[in-house]
Amino acid sequence: MNVQLRRAIKEGIINFWRNGLVSVAATLVMVLALFVIGSLLFSNVLLTSALSRIEEEVDISVYFKKEAAEDEILSVKSALSQLPQVKAVTYVSEDEALERFKTRHTANALITQSLDELDDNPLQASLNIRAGDTGQYEVIARFLDSSAYSKLIDKINYFQNQVVIERLSGFLAAARAVGFGATLVFSLIAMLVVFNTIRLAIYTLRDEIAVKRLVGATSRHVRAPFVVEGALYGAISAVVSIIIFYPITMWLGPASVRFFGGPNLFDYYLSNFFEIFLILFVMGVLLGVISSSVATRRYLRV
Amino acid sequence: MIYFDKVSKVYSPTSIALEDVSFSVEPKEFVSIVGHSGAGKTTLLKMLLAEDKPTSGKVFFESINVHEASRDELPKIRRRIGSIFQDFRLLPTKTAYENIAFAMEAAGATDEDVENDVPQALELVGLVNKALHFPHELSGGEKQRVAIARAIVNHPEVILADEPTGNLDPINTKEIAELLKKINNLGTTVMLATHNHDVVNSLGRRVITLDKGKLARDDKKGRYII
Repeated sequence: MNVQLRRAIKEGIINFWRNGLVSVAATLVMVLALFVIGSLLFSNVLLTSALSRIEEEVDISVYFKKEAAEDEILSVKSALSQLPQVKAVTYVSEDEALERFKTRHTANALITQSLDELDDNPLQASLNIRAGDTGQYEVIARFLDSSAYSKLIDKINYFQNQVVIERLSGFLAAARAVGFGATLVFSLIAMLVVFNTIRLAIYTLRDEIAVKRLVGATSRHVRAPFVVEGALYGAISAVVSIIIFYPITMWLGPASVRFFGGPNLFDYYLSNFFEIFLILFVMGVLLGVISSSVATRRYLRV
Repeated sequence: MIYFDKVSKVYSPTSIALEDVSFSVEPKEFVSIVGHSGAGKTTLLKMLLAEDKPTSGKVFFESINVHEASRDELPKIRRRIGSIFQDFRLLPTKTAYENIAFAMEAAGATDEDVENDVPQALELVGLVNKALHFPHELSGGEKQRVAIARAIVNHPEVILADEPTGNLDPINTKEIAELLKKINNLGTTVMLATHNHDVVNSLGRRVITLDKGKLARDDKKGRYII
């Protein structure tokens, strides 16, 4: 190993140890910051899964006239599948629709009897369409309405649910934006707090930096141990944070399923342990290194 | 070797630290710079170390104007100048040994050189048994001797001593003055800023007297006269 690098690492570790309280304080603040960043990560997982679950509840159905033949309906289906906005199309035949209706109303004797009275199946065949994005249902509905297939179509339930779908689509977009914005703002606050703490820690050592410069040390020679110390704050904080998340996610795991419908945070923590640790570690080390480099620069002007 | 060329330092119109000061120092000279507090002694030494910039004028170390030295050049110049301060300015989280070793490492010395030279420097100042002590565990005189060991360990061409005895008792003062004399006898140029009459008079060397920032006297074998 390069002599300079070896000395910088050694001095950084020794300084971390000898600066005692200052190191502990800086590491604690860094732990708090990484905890905030980790919590945002978990919140985002919950938010994203809750929002996509809501999104999946939304679909539209196209009901066909009784005279529409099955192969005609299937050609509509394949035409729809070609559209980039469409995620999935399911065909429900008249018989299937009747089966489902019956299953749903087995307990209701009146309905069952009324159906038996009828000779014909009163239900229509339909296509159930799910879009990639809730905002695209209108495009799909307009496509069907204005296409050659429109004469086969009896009704598209989008036009009944349009207001609800649009509102929901707006809500989902807003929720994602708020989630993203909150992540950004809180991460930024956490980083600023860490930066200022390290700056204060280095401020207390500004005379030492000046002395080192006056005995002939280059800026790099003076800065390197501080950068090592900053990286140490980050690395230790990442280890402490990931340990703290173990009991917290274990405790919140069942609640996350109850309130958000999953995933279980503890399962998520365990199955993504290394990825989460890597994110915290890289964030911590980068934050420590950058803060230390920037903070020492000011006092290196001697 | 060292040349101050019409150096002025003006902090504000009512606070003039140095005014048009010119003089030169030859190799192996021992120059005492004397004057009352606020006469500009410390400012003058800071100018040579490029710790502070002059308002006008130039300061040369050999042929280099130290205030025009690049960021890469400046540390190299400073390694050729050993500094000793009134308040010692030791690194508080480093032991006596590490304080001296730091100056060598900063100059790019190898581990072998550090292991060899640091004990020698400690021996020269009589502190071998205090090598592993931190500055707060040392007396004022001992701290100053560590600072001197740090200043000389890289075999500098010049030693700048800014009131090195200002915080010391008469016995320690005498010892430090003797050490500086010894260093000068070994061939190192010494610039000593002080307001200690006894030290200056006992040396019998060149004395530059500053008064309110101006060069008042420059005597070859001078005494402290103000």
